[in-house]
Amino acid sequence: MDTENFTIKQISVFSENRPGRLAAIARALQEEEINIFAFSIAEAKGFGVVRALVDKPGVAYKKLTELGFMVSFTDVIAVKMRDEPGGLFEIAKILGEAEVNIEYAYAYSGKEVAVLILRVDHVDDAIRRIRGAGGELLQSSLFT
Amino acid sequence: MAWDPRIEMMPEPELKKLQFTLLKTLVYRLYSFSNFYRSRMDEHGVHPDDIQTLDDAKKLPFMVKSDLRDNYPDKLFTVSRDELVRYHVSSGTTGKPTVVGYTQKDVDIWTTSLARALTACGIGRGDVVQVSYGYGLFTGGLGLHYGAERIGATVVPTSVGNTERQLELMQDLHVTAIACTPSYLIHISEVAEKMGISIKDDTVLRAAILGAEPWSEQMRIRIEEQLGIRAYNIYGTSELSGPMFCECEEQNGIHMWSDLALVEIVDPETGEPLPPGTRGEMVVTILQKEALPIIRYRTGDITSLIPEPCPCGRTHPRIERLSGRVDDMLIIRGINVFPSQVEHALLGIPELSGHFQIIVDRKQALDVMLVQVEMKPEAFSDKITDLMAVRQKVAHTLKNALNVGVGVELAEPGSLPRFEGKAKRVVDKRVM
Repeated sequence: MDTENFTIKQISVFSENRPGRLAAIARALQEEEINIFAFSIAEAKGFGVVRALVDKPGVAYKKLTELGFMVSFTDVIAVKMRDEPGGLFEIAKILGEAEVNIEYAYAYSGKEVAVLILRVDHVDDAIRRIRGAGGELLQSSLFT
Repeated sequence: MAWDPRIEMMPEPELKKLQFTLLKTLVYRLYSFSNFYRSRMDEHGVHPDDIQTLDDAKKLPFMVKSDLRDNYPDKLFTVSRDELVRYHVSSGTTGKPTVVGYTQKDVDIWTTSLARALTACGIGRGDVVQVSYGYGLFTGGLGLHYGAERIGATVVPTSVGNTERQLELMQDLHVTAIACTPSYLIHISEVAEKMGISIKDDTVLRAAILGAEPWSEQMRIRIEEQLGIRAYNIYGTSELSGPMFCECEEQNGIHMWSDLALVEIVDPETGEPLPPGTRGEMVVTILQKEALPIIRYRTGDITSLIPEPCPCGRTHPRIERLSGRVDDMLIIRGINVFPSQVEHALLGIPELSGHFQIIVDRKQALDVMLVQVEMKPEAFSDKITDLMAVRQKVAHTLKNALNVGVGVELAEPGSLPRFEGKAKRVVDKRVM
């Protein structure tokens, strides 16, 4: 139940590492009036993967696929952090003690709150432990 | 079944002796009667007396396509004009056309080579052979026509075109074998499908003799399964006479008649002979040709000699299916690389779509080859490590196949150029 409520569908897009590729992705999202909450680019030699949390992942997937991009959904969780010294440590400590491994993460810090987006190896454990320790996760219903 | 078992099954040492005698005779004749060959051999510092063994053939100068073009139309002919019974003319898509003349004996020998070839495919008296190669200046139509008549088969000389009519005749005249290009046979089968004819069930076709253009083992499997026939690979070029050499019923390599042709495989760069089993450029000497002799002709075709004897009992050497043209060959840090090898290696990797492009460049005097590949969208993973693993796998597979390390780049689906017909998959940025 919790897993379903708090597992968010992130879209991941393969991109060649050359000028204009991010613009092409961003323009596609704009055309569909899709808002981006958070995004990051992971790069390797010659290519990259653009990862984003958007308000309409289904629409984004369809649009980008139609344009010929390789797109996939990836399950991530988003944890609210206190936007003050030690905020990240609180979350990371919980996961470390639970033996949950972080495959990658990125964060954004807004006016009221900072959010850490995580791809972990054991989603169920991560959600249970964070909530058990009083942490707050963003609901997946925000991103449908 | 062999057309001429005495020759076709002749023990190898005898066959080699015969080849040597024919070669020696040819070289003496040309040195005495042809200005072209005499001055070529003199320039090359070789005299007919230097040819003491079959191996000495490698001392002779090569002939190339431009020798024929430069001597257009008949300056290389070694018989007088009234001895000629026929001309064939190659298409000349890459330059001036080349003209091949035939004496009566030349046509007879050519016909014999095809009688052997057709018999080797199990075709003979009682068979009805539809010759759907072009008739005319091209050698395919008339060559197969005479060959099929020679073995006592019945010929339906349809030539190319009017495919619906061809299919009608195929049914009405009980055609059992067809000779044409592989792409035309595929076209025929597509037209048949539209007409509601199943070649498998509604005809008695059982064999196809396919050549005159490159085709693959995958195409053979497809043709054989769809049409319920056996498809044989035939080889020849107009310079050698036309189609002459064919697979036997083993369907594993093309028999090169040793009494008619001396086959060598050489390094396309250095011209040095390569051992059996090693791929290189095929060089052919036609041993019994009167009108237009051909000595050590560089065919530009890439193949290798199959070292093992053929289970069919024929002692004449086999070449493997052609794997490309010398013109397509890339030399990367001294290693010969063919785009067809890359294509073949990539076919075995399930994560890839099959589209690829090769980019060759030179960095600090070192050749670097980059292969760009597209992944199948369903193989895409969000994890960088997974993508790196795919790239690593491609690099590893290519290194094993090519014997040279190449760079690999993952490209977005649909980003590499698509080709209709002959693919131009290589971008060579090197400044030589």
